[in-house]
Amino acid sequence: MICGDESAAAHADDGCGGWSEEMESRGVVTGAAGLRPPDEATTLRVREGELLLTDGPFAETKEQIGGFVLIDCADLDEAIEIAAKHPAAGYGTIEIRPLLEPPV
Amino acid sequence: MTFEEIYRQEWGQVVATLIRLTGDWELAEECAQEAFAAALQRWPADGVPDRPGAWLTTTARNRAIDWLRREAVGAAKLREAAAIESDQEPPYDVPDDRLRLMFTCCHPALAMEARVALTLRTLAGLSTAEIARAFLVPETTMSKRLTRAKQKIQHAGIPYRVPPAHLLPQRTPAVLAVLYLLFNEGYSDVVRSNLTGEAIRLARLLVHLMPDEPEATGLLALMLMHDARRDTRLSPDGALVTLDDQDRTRWDHAQIAEGVALLDAALLRNEPGPYQIQAAIAACHATARTAPDTDWPQIAALYAQLPQTPVVALNRAVAIGMADGPAVGLRLVEALTADPLTTYHLLPATRADFLRRLGRRTEATAAYREALTLATTDAERRYLEKRLREVSVRG
Repeated sequence: MICGDESAAAHADDGCGGWSEEMESRGVVTGAAGLRPPDEATTLRVREGELLLTDGPFAETKEQIGGFVLIDCADLDEAIEIAAKHPAAGYGTIEIRPLLEPPV
Repeated sequence: MTFEEIYRQEWGQVVATLIRLTGDWELAEECAQEAFAAALQRWPADGVPDRPGAWLTTTARNRAIDWLRREAVGAAKLREAAAIESDQEPPYDVPDDRLRLMFTCCHPALAMEARVALTLRTLAGLSTAEIARAFLVPETTMSKRLTRAKQKIQHAGIPYRVPPAHLLPQRTPAVLAVLYLLFNEGYSDVVRSNLTGEAIRLARLLVHLMPDEPEATGLLALMLMHDARRDTRLSPDGALVTLDDQDRTRWDHAQIAEGVALLDAALLRNEPGPYQIQAAIAACHATARTAPDTDWPQIAALYAQLPQTPVVALNRAVAIGMADGPAVGLRLVEALTADPLTTYHLLPATRADFLRRLGRRTEATAAYREALTLATTDAERRYLEKRLREVSVRG
């Protein structure tokens, strides 16, 4: 997940400087999307059967998730290598999360 | 060898091999534990086998196969068991296994406290209760910390391997940092001094596994030379005894000689690094016959080669002051006001020492008092109180 503060919006149209091409040719990217800014977010929770809607992101932190890339790679070291090459690692933060594996 | 000694020597290898064979950290630990329990039962009657490590690994492996068979709900687990079984003898003492384990336990994607705990549990074989005691947390907390770390390794896919050459320059320091932290935890507190022994044992293992890494050798040399002074660091009443007042005849000179020889061998490779430099400083102290014989200009020059953290800058100021006189030292120490140092008792304590040497007793008294309010251990407080009494005496 790619995170950044408001200043990261300035990089929205920068492109990825060859990163996408390299990762696609390696076949590690299985999905990706950028996200609209957090002030357009709607957060929801259901508590005791009641739907609770909030305008805005789920956590009031300075850095917000701005997009995600789904990758399929050998191990965490490869994931770190791929994430570290992404240009957003230079101005934002990237969080690596394993996918929840469906029960066997 | 006693059973305890065999346990200490073989535990890490058995666990490391079993993790490689099964990919399951919990299972590996359980099977290793069962293998040692079986040995405790069998060896008194049958005698200790020629290669106890191989016996233990084979026994643990067979337990793992049994377990995988019992739990075999799908074909996958059975295939796994068969694959492990087809390895006729588990390749015992593959040096890579313990090195793999060491690098995996010290992976930078784990929190530092998790790395330390995991290294002590899986590699050194300390029990969860022992580790909890060493880090002054309840056993349940430590147990959760270990479980969480193992789950992260499994789910996040931290690879069980020695990193490839291009990653080694950034990953080796992570391993060294864990061992150094372990050593310091034990060294700074007599109650936890068993941690220094574990740190030295692990550093020896790392040097054995990475003979071409001079920083690993430098770290071991550093530990040995510090640890050689262990018995002289506290007075009978539990006050800290500083280097110049320690009884040098009671230092472990064989251990110092080993440290110096290791350091010399490392330095020959001409790839200096912070651990080798710190070991060289320790060697200057450890090989000085008397305190006044200490080569302070050399120590000051060595400190200048280390990354200039506030603590290094303070130590460098001390060395320059010892070489060029207390007035010079005092000037340098007074110039150090960096943020992290404002709560560090050694800053006012060092200032106090220079003031005392200059005969400026009133100011020295105030500085010792300030140091006392910041000191964190009883040994330090006792030492500072002693100094305070000396400078407060009229005369």
